[in-house]
Amino acid sequence: MIDLRVDIAGVVLKNPITTASGTFSPRESGAFYDLNELGAMITKGVSSVAWDGNKTPRIGETYGGMLNAVGLQNPGIDYFMENELPYLCQFDSKIIINVAGRTIAEYCEVVEKLADAAVDLLEINISCPNIKEGGIGFGTSPKMAAEVTKAVKKIAKQPIIIKLTPNVTDITEIAKAVESEGADAVSLINTLLGMKIDVHVGKPVLWNKMGGLSGPAIKPVAVRMVYQVRRAIKLPIIGLGGIMTGEDAAEFIMAGADAVSVGTAALVNPTAPVDIKNELIDFMNKYGFKSLKEIRDGFND
Amino acid sequence: MTKEIINARVITNREIAKGIFLMEIRGAESAIECAGPGQFVNVYPKAKQTLLPRPISICRVEADILTLVYGVVGEGTKEFSGYPAGDLIRISTPLGTGYNLKEIIGSDEEAENNKVNSSLKKAVLVGGGIGVPPLVGLAEKLITRGVSCTAVLGFRDEPFLAEAFESLGVETHITTDSGRSGYKGTVLDLIREKNLSADYFYACGPKIMLRALNQYCLEIDAPLQVSMEERMGCGYGACVGCVCKVQSVYKKVCQDGPVFYGRDVDWND
Repeated sequence: MIDLRVDIAGVVLKNPITTASGTFSPRESGAFYDLNELGAMITKGVSSVAWDGNKTPRIGETYGGMLNAVGLQNPGIDYFMENELPYLCQFDSKIIINVAGRTIAEYCEVVEKLADAAVDLLEINISCPNIKEGGIGFGTSPKMAAEVTKAVKKIAKQPIIIKLTPNVTDITEIAKAVESEGADAVSLINTLLGMKIDVHVGKPVLWNKMGGLSGPAIKPVAVRMVYQVRRAIKLPIIGLGGIMTGEDAAEFIMAGADAVSVGTAALVNPTAPVDIKNELIDFMNKYGFKSLKEIRDGFND
Repeated sequence: MTKEIINARVITNREIAKGIFLMEIRGAESAIECAGPGQFVNVYPKAKQTLLPRPISICRVEADILTLVYGVVGEGTKEFSGYPAGDLIRISTPLGTGYNLKEIIGSDEEAENNKVNSSLKKAVLVGGGIGVPPLVGLAEKLITRGVSCTAVLGFRDEPFLAEAFESLGVETHITTDSGRSGYKGTVLDLIREKNLSADYFYACGPKIMLRALNQYCLEIDAPLQVSMEERMGCGYGACVGCVCKVQSVYKKVCQDGPVFYGRDVDWND
């Protein structure tokens, strides 16, 4: 009997598969598969007020990947709590709210409003590279990353996961900084800053010029960073970055992740999170791994 | 509403104009018969490095046969153009909000109970280039309900699908930028010259054409529905990549659209 359960900062997920922020919307994704199959649902980034997001084009395909510069369009925390949170609560998968902000005060405002909400964890997005102010600054400096963590930890009623950006020289520094200020877990990696030029019209493909690269193309970077961070901190890790198959999920677990998020794969195949879960089970059966810990133990540094 | 990705079969796939292909696909009838004019399907490329689905407008549906007409504009569509008859093809069930025909022909229920007399209604269908295909299915539905239709179809140089409209008995005008056939000029040039009017205008094509048509329809006070286009990510409403400003709010073209009321679109965004 396989045990897929994983404990993230005291919250036990029934399996390690979560949906990556920005690639999941409960009604829309739920039209393709039963959301109860997930270990946890990580929402789109929610900000203190409604954010419009960037002008289009927001999406560009690259070889084995994609660029996005959506710009965190979301209706704001008040609308979210009234219209979207109740819908999420009908599922037994854990609920993780991704929090976005341009200033520390904005992060805190959202976290404070969620204090009594029936959510299990908060994922603090300090790393989105699409925002021109705030976001990119926080995640790229250990000092700022620590400041956000400290401020949010002070008021958060739920455990906090800090989502790390890979657009740094040494991600272990950022990981250690957030651990020292009380983060309960980390998730990595967010997207890599990238760009695509359409040579037939002589212009960048994205209105924002640059955007976040995701998908299979970034997996080796993500695996490397999970591996490094695992050896630098003690906190639980949610690993993400190009997971397309159950084997990819196992790879992140071997690198040191406790749980994983599936993002771009769901754009390629709307049922990806469930398919990947089933493939992971097949992988575990193939090698006789009875738990996620046994997968990790199957890795020889 | 449940959605799924289905394995369908290519029945025919042929070039009908330079770089324009018509593909007939057989899928489970239950999966595709519900398609309404103006909806699209996601077509998933087989090559692993081309990740994203390509959203292709539905030209028409009949029983278990879906007809798509697409232009070869990049890696994905290039791949599709090479599919031989008999090949498997992965497509979504119909997506998006298509043309709202309640105002002109009533709901399906009202039509069944003969509550709406649509045979006195007139519609003008305006298509530009690769925007023309979805108007075929639209014309079919309107004609079945007795609406008299005029089609104004504009192309850069080489027209296609004209016979599809003509065979329905639709008064069809062709315009080409190059003057190669039909009227030399844009669809708006022809529409203005002929002072075309109708109970309803429905359009699909380049944004510049839709904007000019919206201007015309405002002038003559005729209602207009337009099919908008934006580069998509998931195609089913999860990633918020494909937005269009409608009444000052960013709406998802893949879900809230692609069809919107012309007067509601922020044409200057």
